[in-house]
Amino acid sequence: MDEKRRTSCTASQEMLTRAACDGIETAWDRHEAMEPQCGYGMLGICCRICAMGPCRINPFSEEEGRGVCGATADTIAARNLVRMIAAGAAAHSDHGRDVAHTLVLTADKKSEGYSIKDPVKLLAVAKEMGIKTGNRDLNEIAHDVGETAYNQFGQQEGELIFGHRAPKKQQEIWRKLNVFPRGIDREIVEVMHRTNIGVDCDYKNIIQGGMRAALGDGWGGSMIATDLQDILLGSPLPLRSQVNLGVFKDNTVNMVVHGHEPVLSDLIATITREPEMIEAAKEAGAEGITVGGICCTANEILMRQGFPIAGNFLQQELAILTGAIDAMVVDVQCIMPNLTEVSKRFHTKVITTSPKAKYPDVEHIEFHEENAYSTAKEIVKTAIDNFKNRDRSRVQIPHEKMDLVAGFTAENINWILGGKYRGTYRPLNDAIIAGRVRGVAAVVGCNNPKIEHDTGHYQLVKELLKKDVLVLETGCAAIACAKCGMLIPESIYEYAGKGLRETCEAVGIPPVLHFGSCVDISRLLMAAVGVVRERGCGDDISELPLAAAAPEWMSEKAVSIGFYAVASGIFTVLGVPFPVLGAPNLTRYLTEELENIVGARFAFESDPVKAARLMIEHIDKKRVERKMRPMLYAEGEGQKAEAKAEKEMVTP
Amino acid sequence: MKTQKMIRVTAEKCLACKSCEMACAVAHSETKSLFTAIKEEPLPMARIQVEGDNEFCLPIQCRHCEDAPCVKVCPTKAIYKPTPQSPVIMNKEVCIGCKWCILVCPFGVIQLDRSGKTVTRCDLCLERTEKGEEPACVDACPTGALEFMPLDEIAKKKREKALSDYRAGVEI
Repeated sequence: MDEKRRTSCTASQEMLTRAACDGIETAWDRHEAMEPQCGYGMLGICCRICAMGPCRINPFSEEEGRGVCGATADTIAARNLVRMIAAGAAAHSDHGRDVAHTLVLTADKKSEGYSIKDPVKLLAVAKEMGIKTGNRDLNEIAHDVGETAYNQFGQQEGELIFGHRAPKKQQEIWRKLNVFPRGIDREIVEVMHRTNIGVDCDYKNIIQGGMRAALGDGWGGSMIATDLQDILLGSPLPLRSQVNLGVFKDNTVNMVVHGHEPVLSDLIATITREPEMIEAAKEAGAEGITVGGICCTANEILMRQGFPIAGNFLQQELAILTGAIDAMVVDVQCIMPNLTEVSKRFHTKVITTSPKAKYPDVEHIEFHEENAYSTAKEIVKTAIDNFKNRDRSRVQIPHEKMDLVAGFTAENINWILGGKYRGTYRPLNDAIIAGRVRGVAAVVGCNNPKIEHDTGHYQLVKELLKKDVLVLETGCAAIACAKCGMLIPESIYEYAGKGLRETCEAVGIPPVLHFGSCVDISRLLMAAVGVVRERGCGDDISELPLAAAAPEWMSEKAVSIGFYAVASGIFTVLGVPFPVLGAPNLTRYLTEELENIVGARFAFESDPVKAARLMIEHIDKKRVERKMRPMLYAEGEGQKAEAKAEKEMVTP
Repeated sequence: MKTQKMIRVTAEKCLACKSCEMACAVAHSETKSLFTAIKEEPLPMARIQVEGDNEFCLPIQCRHCEDAPCVKVCPTKAIYKPTPQSPVIMNKEVCIGCKWCILVCPFGVIQLDRSGKTVTRCDLCLERTEKGEEPACVDACPTGALEFMPLDEIAKKKREKALSDYRAGVEI
């Protein structure tokens, strides 16, 4: 297929052309070869849960099909879907658990290279957890915070502590529906139990179990990951950096850190700035060390340290194709097994670090907090050593790189909006109520070769900005829009409607705010809570002029995120449908009926512009319900005025 | 003269996934897209069926016989073979639903359609093959059990196989 139809990112197009010339296979090729993909799988109506099967339901039969046990399409698709939630919630939450582990070790002085970087947040979280602070030593408090977080995973009864951060009204809905998570692990285990052969067969009840596990991710595992990482690695502050494959240089040692857990990569990145390492790189004939990230590890070290981003999920193979990467260090999640194959064609060393994620024929340098600093150093040295093996004649680094501003959080946006002395969401709420800003959209998620790479994100966000919607992003969505130049304040002149432009100009922010990694979607939840608390825009999240989208999602984690967003009252549009369309009642439940139950629903729309319009319709509906003023400026008014002014300048 | 292409089935490669059935129904739907085809009324029908048990299975569809009993028996000439090279096709407009074709077909691949007033059968995906595409069932087969190839190529492959078997001392 033509490279231009695969991705709108020109750096990626260049690398795909190279891949085609060199006969190197990428995810796009494999996706094309996989087509047409299995219809039963896409519709979600095959079941492999027991050994009486595998069973599948014929979607073209007029009779209601049933599996051997008697499960209908609705039961089968619901069970499959909530198992995806369980897997996604497990992945996010295990990430949170690892951070809690590191925090406890650090507090006990058993880790190497870590310290408490944000004591203010530590004390705030401790207070929330009911931990005594007073004159206690910071490490003692950190230990208790880590232990308390740890216990959230294994908690059997009660309610998750961070669930109480949600607006009161939302919490009441959760209690009424019995979806307030008791413990993070418990809900995941329960999903696995319920979906066993012959347990839960009512698709509505199966979804209830799934929602509970998903909420345990959003207001539990992910939120713990975000908050404890802030305590341990420092809370982000707005900063400038760059993005795209062009961040690598042909005269430096180039390292990619890829995956999701920043605990190791944060140290690696720090170490590359140490004089000793820079000296070692120079001895090896390089002029320094460049670290570029991929996926959420990238977002984490960008948010906290300003390290550049090499690319998003579908660019991982393409990074190696530059021929300029001396080491690609991976941790967990979203790491394609095919990296091994691509790396064999170049000098690039792929290094796995997590005991949970090994790849055949790949060098494994296992990471443990107790000797983290030494391990990180060893890894950087391995990269420097490999520099000499780089074949300069095969280096082809695309020149594309773009500036960006990142580092926004639910806490610091407060100060940016309200000013240094009086942090508040008031200016945002006022702008929404006055009709300057139509509402807020959260655009998140992955890349998926089913959707033209980056285009799904870009087109959707472009449409939202034009209609004065402030966009908050995380994950690979944020990386896509960063590459398109939407994350710099100047982008308001190109993309934003007049009202949004005025607001962004007054506050001094870009129209698209980078909120971090995919576990940092918990920051988006807290930003929504911030807007609710400020009053005037809605008494719970479902009443806000707010919508979310994952235009290019592919991971099970996205299913979990989608469900905790909807269960938290956020209308969510997905670019690729859930594998449920073969189950008509379940589909109707998710895309219509849920709205009357939790206050929000799903929509499936693969056309990004149409998806944006669905979000805008929803936002407008909420504005009318809250009796907010009509929008201050008609659409395109800003652009027209500008064009007129320009014309006048040319012809005096 | 280009020889006629037909669908060849390699039975050992069939895993009974029924991807061919699904692709066939979608190819013969109004909307031609899985996600919308399942909502059409009447529901589209597959012209190919995978038959068999866990020991042995085979996708069965119209063989487009040269001397086709269905063509011979059809009283209104609704089923016909326009040229010797073309597949056996049908004109639903003139079908009176007498079901004789169903009775005489030796493979059982002609079915009554959902309305019950006419029959439905494989057209070798004329719409697709005219565009140079493969029939939908062949395109969808993940293991390559279904292949669309010219008859002389099929024969050539068989001869090559026979030769290599003979060399290896395999009894034919």
